[in-house]
Amino acid sequence: MPGTRFSNYPDWGVWGPFRGLERLRRAMGSVAAGSPGYSTAGVFPLTNVSEDQDNYYVRAELPGMTADQIDITATVDKVSISGERAISEEGEGVVYHRRERDSGTFSRMIGLPGSVDPDKVEASFGNGMLTIKLPKSEASKPKQITVN
Amino acid sequence: MNQTETRELKPAEKREAELPAEQTKPGLLFTPAVDIFETEKSLTIIADLPGVKTEDLEIDLRKDTLTIIGDVKSPESEGESDILREFRTGRYLRRFSLSEVINQKGIGASLKDGVLRLELPKVTKAVPRKIEVQAG
Repeated sequence: MPGTRFSNYPDWGVWGPFRGLERLRRAMGSVAAGSPGYSTAGVFPLTNVSEDQDNYYVRAELPGMTADQIDITATVDKVSISGERAISEEGEGVVYHRRERDSGTFSRMIGLPGSVDPDKVEASFGNGMLTIKLPKSEASKPKQITVN
Repeated sequence: MNQTETRELKPAEKREAELPAEQTKPGLLFTPAVDIFETEKSLTIIADLPGVKTEDLEIDLRKDTLTIIGDVKSPESEGESDILREFRTGRYLRRFSLSEVINQKGIGASLKDGVLRLELPKVTKAVPRKIEVQAG
């Protein structure tokens, strides 16, 4: 069929023959957005950030990892978590029936709503749950204002 | 032979379980991710149960049905308020029906860093005995 190609990969844009499939793919990608109550940034690990008067808390589920496999760095308003999750090799002659656990590298940066003191950040890891406690800097703490 | 290519981990949504019977205890129920593999001698189940301590884990085997239940206490303390919540915590539950006959006395379970490893040794079948036919 005669025709001109301007590049090796024809770009059909939104009108191509796969437009129905593309719409379906986009809808599948936002399945999480449809869940009530919470959304995910789509990056591993899923984290929860919470706060109380004096600290921010960042928690992530990292089963099967040890404390020295996780790298945590903190700046005044960001904390980043990275590492590699390895699934142990089981040896020869093993037949897998299910393989649902994933392995690989991860790296994630989480922005904090206020500033923290990076020197006072503490991280603990127990039962596969990582908890990072970030003490707020004085500027981030809520101040009581008295009315005269 | 093994080409290990480190790739990025993709996040997986925690799968909420739907059981035919309703839970009497309130709270969320999740299906943990498992690896199941088998060798000649045993069947091994490895389950990701982050946040579960040994005292909150229950493993039940009766009538060829294996049930794993792990309870997780909410890690947030009273005074904390949520800024971002991407995962929720609750109970982990998964049931399997075992096709092989398992030697129940030899079951080994270990829970480390939120990962449960269950070794289920198979019953060794009786060695077939050859019967010599005497030529008569």
